[in-house]
Amino acid sequence: MKQITRALEAIGDTIILMVRSFGYLGSIPRQWHRLIEQCYLIGYTTFPIVSILSFFIGSVLALQTGYSLQGFGAESFIGAVVGLSMARELGPVMVAILVAGRVGSAITAELASMKVYQEVDALKTMNIPPERILVLPRLLAILIMMPVLTIIGNVIGWFGGAVIAQYVPFIGTDMDAYFQSLRASVAFKDIFDGLVKAEVFGFCVILIACNIGLKTKGGPREIGHSVTRAVVVSLILILVLDYFVTKALL
Amino acid sequence: MTTAQQTSIEKEPVRVKIDNLSKSFGEQVILKDIDLDIAPGEIFVLMGPSGSGKSVLLKHIAGLEMPTSGTVTLNSAETSDPDTFAKTKIALVFQAGALFNSMTVFDNLALYPREHRLYSPQKIREKVMSTLRILSLENAANKHPSELSGGMKKRVAIARALVMEPDLILYDEPTSELDPTMSATISEIIACLKKEVNVTSIVVSHDRDLSLTIADRVGIIMNGEIQAIGTPTEIKNNKDPLITEFLNPKIDLDNPRYKTLE
Repeated sequence: MKQITRALEAIGDTIILMVRSFGYLGSIPRQWHRLIEQCYLIGYTTFPIVSILSFFIGSVLALQTGYSLQGFGAESFIGAVVGLSMARELGPVMVAILVAGRVGSAITAELASMKVYQEVDALKTMNIPPERILVLPRLLAILIMMPVLTIIGNVIGWFGGAVIAQYVPFIGTDMDAYFQSLRASVAFKDIFDGLVKAEVFGFCVILIACNIGLKTKGGPREIGHSVTRAVVVSLILILVLDYFVTKALL
Repeated sequence: MTTAQQTSIEKEPVRVKIDNLSKSFGEQVILKDIDLDIAPGEIFVLMGPSGSGKSVLLKHIAGLEMPTSGTVTLNSAETSDPDTFAKTKIALVFQAGALFNSMTVFDNLALYPREHRLYSPQKIREKVMSTLRILSLENAANKHPSELSGGMKKRVAIARALVMEPDLILYDEPTSELDPTMSATISEIIACLKKEVNVTSIVVSHDRDLSLTIADRVGIIMNGEIQAIGTPTEIKNNKDPLITEFLNPKIDLDNPRYKTLE
């Protein structure tokens, strides 16, 4: 019962944080520099790992699909399978998981450290709301960068699949055929639905990271606990939301 | 001292009134029925042993903690109303500095005027640099807090408070970690702010010399309760054995409690 109450309180706190933060939307023209800094931190620094993982996820997908389809002589459908899987599911989910592990954890650690070492209290006494300068730029930055990262992840994943399809002997589908199959199957709606999912996941990950960071109490040990909690909650939420958002978009 | 030149704006000093304030964290009672009336422009020093509730009381005045019961009012506006802090500029000098580690010393000081758009960038630069000069910190402007000693961090925290030109300054152990010369400078700054700009100051301190030198009134808090309030002379002449022992601790080199250390 106590845990349910605590979970409901956490959900309430997170919603309040979101509402308060967006209440300062008018301050964005004065804090472009913070928004750009956060876009850089979220987007640019996550790009290499998204690229590497997308390439290999696309590759493995092509390998597994090619292996299964060769028995039916249907290797030409590899492009369609990789294209749809990456655009609708694997692209957004994988990018969200990377954002949770890399960016969400860093945000929680930073904000929790600011809370523990009274920097957040110092802001409050200066009548500078932490939601305005610490949370809002991060929420907007993830909304800007998540589609960008997802599109990059999709394209690199498709390319990874194409390389495997062409160069692995038992598949042997050339790139032209692969991309023709991909183009024929992947519609704009598939990509758009994937981007909607990515936006929802990314936004929730950063909101949770900020809320858990700012709610941290105690000493330095609690910073580590908060980071673990933020990553675990984010990962669970991504998979739970994935089901509901997918169902809503079908 | 040139503080007066830096903060020459006419101020309305703040009256701080605390009525029946109590605070508990779970079962633990931290503050019990505190009543205080601090006059506008007064320097009020709160002394007491570690863990007696001094810093918690300061956080209540700054609005960082809400009382379990009772009220804190600043010029008759309660601190439970968020608008109070928009009307009254409060600067809190934290015990550990609470500097923004991701910013340089200059940016730490410039944050408040920038965020509240008080002056032009050029004026902010002049103001920050002149405040840093008062505290002999001009060479630290481009350093990050992690590159500073504990004492320098404390001075930066005080400089950050001065840049705000507050109506009420709260100091949490302003002279801890400082050498005697810098402690004297900080004491001078606190006294000078009262004299020149009539700001109300509440100082939490263990420093007996600082407290009894600069204070208009001193309050002694023990176990969450105010034991005595008076002028420095009245407190020095107080006959309560608890207060006498606190103000004049005796060092007993032959204390049998420590014999086992031998």
